[in-house]
Amino acid sequence: MAAINRDDVAHLARLAHIEMSAEELDRMAGELAVIVDSVKSVSEAAGDDVPATSHPIPLTNVFRDDVVGHTFTAEQALSGAPDSDENRFKVPAILDEA
Amino acid sequence: MTEKNTSADTLIRLSAAQLAEKLRAGDVTAVEATQAHLDRISAVDGKVNAFLHVNAEEALAVAAEVDAIRAAGGAEAEALHYLAGVPIAVKDLIVTIGQPTTAGSKILEGWHSPYDATVVERLRAAKMPILGKTNLDEFAMGSSTEHSAYGPTRNPWDLDRIPGGSGGGSAAAVAAFEAPLALGTDTGGSIRQPGAVTGTVGVKPTYGSVSRYGAIAMASSLDQIGPVTRTVLDSALLHQVIGGHDPRDSTSLPEPLADLVAAAKTGNVEGLRIGIIKELHGEGYQAGVENRFNDALELLKEAGAEIVEVSCPNFQYALGAYYLIMPSEASSNLAKFDGVRYGLRVLPEEGPMTIERVMGATRAAGFGDEVKRRIILGTYALSAGYYDAYYGSAQKVRTLVQRDFEAAFAQADVLISPTAPTTAFPLGEKLDDPLAMYLNDVATIPANLAGVPGLSLPGGLADEDGLPVGIQLLAPAREDARLYRVGAVLESLLEAKWGGPLLAQAPDLADAATLETQEAK
Amino acid sequence: MSTDDVLSFEEAMEKYDPVLGFEVHVELNTKTKMFSSAPNVFGDEPNTNVNEVDLGMPGVLPVVNKTAIESSIKIGLALNCKIAESCRFARKQYFYPDTPKNFQTSQYDEPIAYDGYLDVELEDGTVFRVEIERAHMEEDAGKLTHMGGATGRIQGADFSLVDYNRAGVPLVEIVTKPIEGAGSRAPELAKAYVAAVREIVKNLGVSDAKMERGNVRCDANVSLRPHGRERFGIRSETKNVNSLRAVEHAVRYEIQRHAAVLDSGEPVIQETRHWHEDTRTTTSGRAKSDADDYRYFPEPDLVPVVASREWVEELRATLPEPPAERRKRLKADWGYSDLEFRDVVNAGVLDEIEETIAAGATASVARKWWMGEIVGRAKVADVDPGQLGVDAATVVELSRMVEAGKINNKMASQVLDGVLAGEGTPEEIVQKRGLAVVSDDGPLLEAIDAALAAQPDVADKIRGGKVQAIGAIVGGVMKATRGQADAGRVRELILEKLGVTA
Repeated sequence: MAAINRDDVAHLARLAHIEMSAEELDRMAGELAVIVDSVKSVSEAAGDDVPATSHPIPLTNVFRDDVVGHTFTAEQALSGAPDSDENRFKVPAILDEA
Repeated sequence: MTEKNTSADTLIRLSAAQLAEKLRAGDVTAVEATQAHLDRISAVDGKVNAFLHVNAEEALAVAAEVDAIRAAGGAEAEALHYLAGVPIAVKDLIVTIGQPTTAGSKILEGWHSPYDATVVERLRAAKMPILGKTNLDEFAMGSSTEHSAYGPTRNPWDLDRIPGGSGGGSAAAVAAFEAPLALGTDTGGSIRQPGAVTGTVGVKPTYGSVSRYGAIAMASSLDQIGPVTRTVLDSALLHQVIGGHDPRDSTSLPEPLADLVAAAKTGNVEGLRIGIIKELHGEGYQAGVENRFNDALELLKEAGAEIVEVSCPNFQYALGAYYLIMPSEASSNLAKFDGVRYGLRVLPEEGPMTIERVMGATRAAGFGDEVKRRIILGTYALSAGYYDAYYGSAQKVRTLVQRDFEAAFAQADVLISPTAPTTAFPLGEKLDDPLAMYLNDVATIPANLAGVPGLSLPGGLADEDGLPVGIQLLAPAREDARLYRVGAVLESLLEAKWGGPLLAQAPDLADAATLETQEAK
Repeated sequence: MSTDDVLSFEEAMEKYDPVLGFEVHVELNTKTKMFSSAPNVFGDEPNTNVNEVDLGMPGVLPVVNKTAIESSIKIGLALNCKIAESCRFARKQYFYPDTPKNFQTSQYDEPIAYDGYLDVELEDGTVFRVEIERAHMEEDAGKLTHMGGATGRIQGADFSLVDYNRAGVPLVEIVTKPIEGAGSRAPELAKAYVAAVREIVKNLGVSDAKMERGNVRCDANVSLRPHGRERFGIRSETKNVNSLRAVEHAVRYEIQRHAAVLDSGEPVIQETRHWHEDTRTTTSGRAKSDADDYRYFPEPDLVPVVASREWVEELRATLPEPPAERRKRLKADWGYSDLEFRDVVNAGVLDEIEETIAAGATASVARKWWMGEIVGRAKVADVDPGQLGVDAATVVELSRMVEAGKINNKMASQVLDGVLAGEGTPEEIVQKRGLAVVSDDGPLLEAIDAALAAQPDVADKIRGGKVQAIGAIVGGVMKATRGQADAGRVRELILEKLGVTA
């Protein structure tokens, strides 16, 4: 398994949308390297014949009937919004064209 | 002290069951009981910092409603829930209408949920006054409550020590007699480990036994809401209120709950096979912890239980698997906190003001270091090229851990271990060493991976530091009742030995708080 | 925006062989959303068809809509797919403000339906089989409106507004295998394929299937390879091509653009392209990059969907006849010529004619009424013929009145106008307007005698066997009776009078 370095962390931080300073990247790379090293035995623990478990208690076919339930008013929906306009959530520009 | 104060001091030391009986008998009103706890919070929480928010007005209003119904008598009074009027604290990871929910994070500061969690709806239906919201490690990520954005909670046994985590606030509130009951959430031990280090009882139910709807998700396949109390019976009572099927949670078990309260009142363990897990004691466990664990085994043996030893060889991989699955799911569950729909929005200090940068700046400012660490780790474990080696392998280890449990439960009806390897450690000791912090959960994590229920109860005080030790009981999935049955018996045997509840030996916080107030003056 | 070079379509076809692929998103018309009980309704006030689940609030959990699962299985069956015995949802993770959780809950490695095909009929009747890779379930995103720019586009916008009403609407994404061998008919096939999918989901009743509302949306993949080469070229993916005409044009344009790129010796870039209806061109979106690491993993908040054979067969039994087979059957049953049938299909009155026949009309009468009378009026009123306000029962009543000689065709047309004007039932209108064929033969015979006397040469012709000349006499009688006579009866009486058998 590859060691985790500062560039890896920078890439992961971009994927996770967390801005990080150079200093933070360095520190995080060091900490993650230790943690990743400590969990590496996991990848060798189980053979190919062992199935994966994604749910601790297996259930199937849990459905909801197609019946309309409660809704919010626009005011309720937007009550916690950092910014809004015309009953919609307002966000800064998506593209950088400055 | 006036007569009234003495009476209030008695009230707050009652178990929930005892308080419920007094309320029903008319010896005390719900308003009196609620006010006594609010007064206690005012008196000691400046020291303990168990609460992030207290809602006296709402709690007293609910209490007054209960009193009015009871005074009016008739069918409505008859229909009151057994715990009606018994106040409760709720971990601030669980959403509530009318009170803020922060998850211990700056990113949700000031946010009010427009909906109630299912468990909160059930508390309201039972007319249990909600005193307030308790402190936690940010998004429940931690074992010490030091990762809260709102300052650490302190252990009522020693204010310089951690109360465990992530649910340190709920455990400390109950241990400090600020609330008779509290709700916690347990992803890797966040109910049981704080219970162990504060001398309280905590239960992680079978996965799916209690609805997760409205509990802010850390790791969806591991999270469970459960009771935090001072007695085993109280946990059973609270579990009975909050548990049972919820159509809003697809992983909620479809069948009705067993009679857990009856199980807690069964009163014997004769002929029951209790399995010691070879891998979950001994090396790496504090001597005082090991001693109290052995005492508990002796008592159970004397009470007629058969003690057997079982081996769960794959538990050695459980911690590693947990620290891959948990951050992976958490990295995804926490993606929604982006400054668009609710919560904090932070604008970048320089450069282009795009939504992507605003999200990045918001998450950078809103999340603490431990949350960022786990998000990055989880992002790594799920990223292209690593999924099979990390997340995929960890899910296979989950299968192995389940198989270990199946084999163990073929030999024993209930398994037993210390809850945590050590007693409460001093604040700050492990803050800069994530790995050492993670090791606190070594005995609690297997139950989360396999979905089986676990209960921690006080086992006494460690010889070397005089701090509480927790004993963990584990049962097969859907067999939560066994935990209450064995737990209640062990509790009564231990209390007989101690001559009363362990918490009676805890230091008097009212005095400590008074001292601080005087110093401040 | 730079303009891309293009080669002529003919030249492109001379040199290259196109390979197509389609991802068609179908919005289901369930009452509620895929994972929440909020209503699935188009066009309401912003952020009102939402609850905490749709807004991705802290603590919420999804629960699968059973009807959406059944609709998806029906689509799978109609596309001749295998239905997975067990399948799951996954999380596709990317940050975008229209995606409330910053991941889309979607099926990934375990689609509910896979390995199917759809036989697509081109305009000249050629049938082309398109292989279906999979049909999987997912949820729609919210709607972004870009503000502050000149064009309303994302480019140049100062900020954007988000409405989450559409967030969580159930989608089925139908993905084809690479489509080879269409050659120069690729654009036509593209249009016909999307039209066929649209028709199927509409016929199943699982989607409103209105492309103009985004109920059916198409992403078109195009790549070219030199003739004779096995290996596929690098493809572009043109997003959100949302009309049948646009699908045809976009595929044609991309073929021409790829050909020009390949001719210049440059490699085609694997990228997303945006379709512009106004210029009928595409522009570059963004190239695939490492930012597209979606970090899929099984959705831990949902449990697997297990489609038992019994359940699938139960659903299969409810499927309507496939549109293509139905058309084949109806054409044979009704005895229409190829041209007649194509006109009926193009006029969009297949269902109406079928209903009219079921209500008691003959196939030819039903066609005569719908194609001859109603379609034209609908065109004038600018509505679908079915929406004009004439039902099968009215058509049958009118035709019965004509057959019984109560009114003639000309009157029937007037009665139809009366029905459309809301004057009542045909019977009432006949009464009110005093439209009744003169049925007493006496006055008719008088009029016939007069007409014959007025045109003796014509009368002779008829007697001599030129029966087709009878029109002039009939016309004279009709004129004399101001159109109130039954032309059929007049004709009979004339022939009788002249001793001629028709």
